[in-house]
Amino acid sequence: MSKMAPPEELMNVNYSTPSEPWMDVRPEFKPGTFSYPGKPDVLKYLGLPNPRDWSPTEEDWKLPPDWRETIRDGFRELLGKYRSLKVFMDCCVRCGACADKCHFYIGSGDPKNMPVLRAELLRSIYRGEFTVAAKILGKLAGARKLEEDVVKEWFMYFYQCTQCRRCSLYCPYGIDTAEITFLARDLMNRIGLNINWILEPAANCNRTGNHLGIQPHAFKDMMDFLVDDIETVTGRRVEPSFHRKGAEILFITPSGDIFAEPGIYTFMGYLLLFDYLDLDVTWSTYASEGGNFGSFMNDKWMKKLNAKMYAEAKRLGVKYIIGGECGHMWRVLNQFMDTMNGPADFLEVPKSPITGTVFENAKSTKMIHLVEFTADLIKNGKLKLDKSRNAGITATWHDSCNTSRGMGFFDEPRYVLENVVEKFVDMPSQTIREQTFCCGGGAGLNNGEFTEMRLRGGLPRGNALKYVQEKFGVNTMSCICAIDRATLPGLADYWAPGVKVTGLHELVGNALVFEGEEERTMNLRQEDLPGLEGSEEEE
Amino acid sequence: MAGLVTALLAVVALAAVAALGAGAGMAQVFGIYIPYVAVAIFVTGFIKKVLGWASTPVPFAIPTTGGQQYSLPWVKQAKFDNPSTPGQTFIRMALEVLCFRSLFRNTKVDNRPGEGTVGYGSDKSLWLFALIFHYCFLIVFIRHFRFFLEPVPFLVTGVEFVDSILQISVPTLYLTDVFFVVGVTFLLARRLFDSKVAYISLASDFFPLFLILAIALSGIYMRYFAKVDVIAIKQLAIGLVSFKPVIPPNVDWSFYMHFFLVCVLWAYFPFSKLMHLGGVFLSPTRNLPNNTRMVRHINPWNDPSIKPHSYADYEDDFREKMIEAGLPVDKEA
Ligand code: SF4
Ligand code: SF4
Repeated sequence: MSKMAPPEELMNVNYSTPSEPWMDVRPEFKPGTFSYPGKPDVLKYLGLPNPRDWSPTEEDWKLPPDWRETIRDGFRELLGKYRSLKVFMDCCVRCGACADKCHFYIGSGDPKNMPVLRAELLRSIYRGEFTVAAKILGKLAGARKLEEDVVKEWFMYFYQCTQCRRCSLYCPYGIDTAEITFLARDLMNRIGLNINWILEPAANCNRTGNHLGIQPHAFKDMMDFLVDDIETVTGRRVEPSFHRKGAEILFITPSGDIFAEPGIYTFMGYLLLFDYLDLDVTWSTYASEGGNFGSFMNDKWMKKLNAKMYAEAKRLGVKYIIGGECGHMWRVLNQFMDTMNGPADFLEVPKSPITGTVFENAKSTKMIHLVEFTADLIKNGKLKLDKSRNAGITATWHDSCNTSRGMGFFDEPRYVLENVVEKFVDMPSQTIREQTFCCGGGAGLNNGEFTEMRLRGGLPRGNALKYVQEKFGVNTMSCICAIDRATLPGLADYWAPGVKVTGLHELVGNALVFEGEEERTMNLRQEDLPGLEGSEEEE
Repeated sequence: MAGLVTALLAVVALAAVAALGAGAGMAQVFGIYIPYVAVAIFVTGFIKKVLGWASTPVPFAIPTTGGQQYSLPWVKQAKFDNPSTPGQTFIRMALEVLCFRSLFRNTKVDNRPGEGTVGYGSDKSLWLFALIFHYCFLIVFIRHFRFFLEPVPFLVTGVEFVDSILQISVPTLYLTDVFFVVGVTFLLARRLFDSKVAYISLASDFFPLFLILAIALSGIYMRYFAKVDVIAIKQLAIGLVSFKPVIPPNVDWSFYMHFFLVCVLWAYFPFSKLMHLGGVFLSPTRNLPNNTRMVRHINPWNDPSIKPHSYADYEDDFREKMIEAGLPVDKEA
């Protein structure tokens, strides 16, 4: 990747439209704007068609000879399976309300990143192939023929969409470009147009249970390592268990949390909380991934990867499942899991063993969000929390796209956050809650080669962050998403240097006061606690 | 621009065809045959399209949630932006259909690199004019029932009374006529002058706008300028709806033009984006409650043969390493 221009320059986005009509503008594959294709052996492992070495920058994409037929048949099949697709293909009035809602458009000015035009890339083929009138009128009616350039454009722009659904919120008909992207990717997968950063994690999830390909013994090692770190910080030896049959709860979180900073601190927060409560919870290496990379591919793989959660819950005989902090994981858990892999009639309606609260809102999936669980604990006064352990933090909250627009999870995390930090301010109202802006890395786009485009797409979030940093001295952005924890540090370094990114349970872990504990001098990052001298004097 | 010009020419040509044709003694065609055909196309086309959507499964419940979910009892739910029951969803839909809730949210990007800020100011102009346009359309539509119904129902006379409350000019000016033209003009102006919207606009976006504008203007011409023989037109209209069509004398050519353009709109409707009228009710991101963790949504084509990579296979793959690491296994080596 070329060196990034400074933020001031990147902000200078050119929003003017080209003089040629969009159908005449060919996609240009410049480094930094696309992700590398799926590797042949990964495609083979997943049983996907057309494994080959190819590059988007070359003229010949080595499509299978009958690719047109495959796309046509696939399109027809999906139109028969998804009412959403059918309605969204027919109903757009091109009002443009969605146009400037996409972070990739705001950050790049490329008109094909306007959600409406992204969808038109597919819609033009729908018209050209499946509607009589438009077929006859051709370009005039926005119809075009299925040419190689068309699928090249699909590859470009459907892998420049993070499926964040911000566009859908503003559309008068709720047209959801994320859904269109999902189905376009399904089509592309049928002729071998996919990206490795989705396929390889999906393959890993299938075999090893998590997207990083961590094998069970290594997973345990990493856990041990974090357990040691917890001991260093708190003096407590927590004892997580694996695959313990008959445990009350199975806990599943995105595997990114065990692997890299700052996710590991959140992971330590989970462990501390469970230890504090003496919760009857177990972990699984087989189901060690909350995130669902299949949901970036097609419905089959989304279902197949998700199915492990219930399968493992059943095998272990737990009563219910708690899920950790993750975004797209929760989109799938909230809107797809029960439909795909339910009914979970072998589980019980989740009931907090500490507070007795019955989670009616999850009575069918039997899977609750850890933050719901924690918020309930705090509300019932079951946690002793010392905010001063997070002293020096002025926090803001990043609402993840998936939990925001595919769930509506806003007040619970804020409630927890306000109980563990002394200072909290929200970013401007049109950049949070349901209107939140994407980190730029969702739906499989958090790969290295895509960094430039991702940082451009990060402009709205980055700018809002910079605003509260300058105005209120915000120095920490907290979130409940593993992709955010991976993406936002880079985004913050670029757009608002000096702001740290934390998961929510990292801050909970810091603030938790154990009975008779030895005094902490460090936080979970093993940084000295600020103002410690002061508290010593008081004693 | 090609789209704009084509659409404009098409509407002018259609208007001319009717004006000339009716004058050339083809009143039967424009007053009787075409209307019947157009209505038949509209009805069958509309029903076919809606049935096509309705018969397609909704595999997943994918509401776009626009506020706080139903959660713990002390967390205040945004019931109508994130409904969890059918009743709340009904209200969400009513707000969407009747008040254009989503457009009400509209914002406009305001990127100021010089100041280093990006803002998203509220922009309700599209909401306002879309609302004006659609409601005027509805009222004008209702008003027209006076031509088809005898006696004229109270609702229609009531609407008419309010609409002409200003009592200006003879015949009295309908407010909706004015606002309607204002609404269409705004929508057209946006398409022309907002570069983003201009860039995405197709002939099929301009065509209905020009068509509707032409219908409005021809109607206004008939009423306020040509002052056509309303009794004769009512006779024609009642003849049509009672399936005893007649062509009364004294019907001005401008009526046939107006009526023909309306027929074009009917016939065009089911094949165009105007079907958003039906689609708005069927959008799965709006018309479903966000209760998928409470109530299982059924996907009729859910494939039970898709199974996870099984635990047994996983353990076979890693058994030794698991045992060595002290992880419990189902089968010892
Ligand atoms: S807001 Fe909806 S109807 Fe308007 S252009 Fe976008 S997708 Fe189309
Ligand atoms: S889902 Fe998000 S990334 Fe995709 S088009 Fe819509 S706003 Fe853009």
